[in-house]
Amino acid sequence: MASHRDLPVGLVNQLFRNTGSSSFTEFVSSYAPELLPRRDEVLATPIGDQVPHATTIVAATFDGGVVMAGDRRATSGNIISQRDVEKVFRADDYSCMGIAGTASTGIEFARLFRVELEHYEKLEGRAMSVAGKANRLATMIRGNLAMAMQGLVVVPLFAAYDPDKDEGRIFSYDVAGGPYERERFDAIGSGSIFARGALKKLYRDGASADDMAMTLIQALYDAADDDSATGGPDVTRKIWPIVGIIDADGFRRLTDEQVSGYVNQMLEARLISPDGPIAPLR
Amino acid sequence: MSMPFGYASPEQIMRDKADYARKGIARGRSVVVLQYVDGILFVAPNPSRALHKISEIYDRIGFAAVGRYNEFEELRLGGIRYADINGYTYDRSDVTGRGLANLYASNLGRIFTESIKSLEVEVVVAEVGETKDGDAIYRLTFDGSVFDEHGFAAMGGQAEAVAGRLKERYRESMSLADALEVALTALTEPGGERPPVGQLEVAVLDRNREHRKFLRLTGARLERLLAQTTTPQPASPPASSGSGDTPPPTGPEGPVDDGSSPL
Repeated sequence: MASHRDLPVGLVNQLFRNTGSSSFTEFVSSYAPELLPRRDEVLATPIGDQVPHATTIVAATFDGGVVMAGDRRATSGNIISQRDVEKVFRADDYSCMGIAGTASTGIEFARLFRVELEHYEKLEGRAMSVAGKANRLATMIRGNLAMAMQGLVVVPLFAAYDPDKDEGRIFSYDVAGGPYERERFDAIGSGSIFARGALKKLYRDGASADDMAMTLIQALYDAADDDSATGGPDVTRKIWPIVGIIDADGFRRLTDEQVSGYVNQMLEARLISPDGPIAPLR
Repeated sequence: MSMPFGYASPEQIMRDKADYARKGIARGRSVVVLQYVDGILFVAPNPSRALHKISEIYDRIGFAAVGRYNEFEELRLGGIRYADINGYTYDRSDVTGRGLANLYASNLGRIFTESIKSLEVEVVVAEVGETKDGDAIYRLTFDGSVFDEHGFAAMGGQAEAVAGRLKERYRESMSLADALEVALTALTEPGGERPPVGQLEVAVLDRNREHRKFLRLTGARLERLLAQTTTPQPASPPASSGSGDTPPPTGPEGPVDDGSSPL
């Protein structure tokens, strides 16, 4: 803690201490470090299997933006711990993140990341650049490495609209940080291998937001088809995947009615062709 | 018993400090904050595009200040830290304008009594609610006093004259364009010239917005808004051609609100 002498004249509350940085995370780490998601203690035994895990997130760019979608399942080992968990979070007006891995830590990261972006924007009077946002997220993930080794792995997928380039951008991470910018599409989580396979065949350059949302719903269905930890659309309970679209107008989350429209259309087609759309061979 | 050399009574010291702060604040231009139908409007004549007098603190909270820039900037940054740390510790809905006003009041008050020089600032913390009854405008002066303002607040140079003109024209539930018109009229001396669009800093806390209610009105959007109500100005005839039919607002439109109506 700095002494009062470091504070601007007369302002004795630590809130008025200028850290010299516009980062909220840095401020919290000096003001109230216990609030940060990172934990320094070492767990006696890895608890990875006992806490809920979030599973599959997919994202793909379209002409002038990016779409992100996530299934709704959280699992603890072989148990489905929640059917309607939300894993795609709006970070600010022009970006969002999805999480795979330990759900609780991931939610904390999403909350911190949102404040981090907003804090910078308010202090500096300008929005952070897309690369800046991606780098901040990398630093957060890197700080969690010790916990990841104990089984509390969190891996995010970050998508943003870049106003300078008028296009959507996707960044992925690993347990040690990142970011890795991805062209066209990417997927994370246990079902990601299957989702990526589907996206490879279904992705079209220059597609519309509407087509790309449908593509992601198809990819999530394929992931749920082959991965037990990924949940398919729950028609009886009316639990639909979360789909967020970011373009020049900002982030918007599709309503349940809109998503159920895509899902019903897909299910009808799959009654005839259960493996989904067939990509042309030549 | 003789007084030691250089003795000044506490009353004298406080009076001198207050005079000093008042003089500093009165040198600057005024800032006006007022309620309109969808929230709260901030208007400040400000030739600088980089140094803001109005800014966002949190989802529903805005900040406006007059006086020394470096001093109120420090308050603004501290306020943002306060809001963000509380919203992160608890929930976003647990950050209130009242809490922020109290933080500022205690700090301003302590500085006024303890430091040789008090801060030469005056601050408004405004919070927009779900309905107009939930709106709040707190005005804080250099000595830490808090004024819970109803409907509108003015501060800075000629604050009393501006507040007087504001009081005359302010009505409840004005449209945004009308509120801006009232604010500009209040900020302009009778017969004086209005500041050009490029030298106006205008922002709103709009309760109908999602997530963050604060929005700066700049560029074309502000020009359109001004064109809706600005009285035709002889100095710039082409600008008034579109809205030339609108009569100058000499009095409240519709039934006169004499304040007796319960609504």
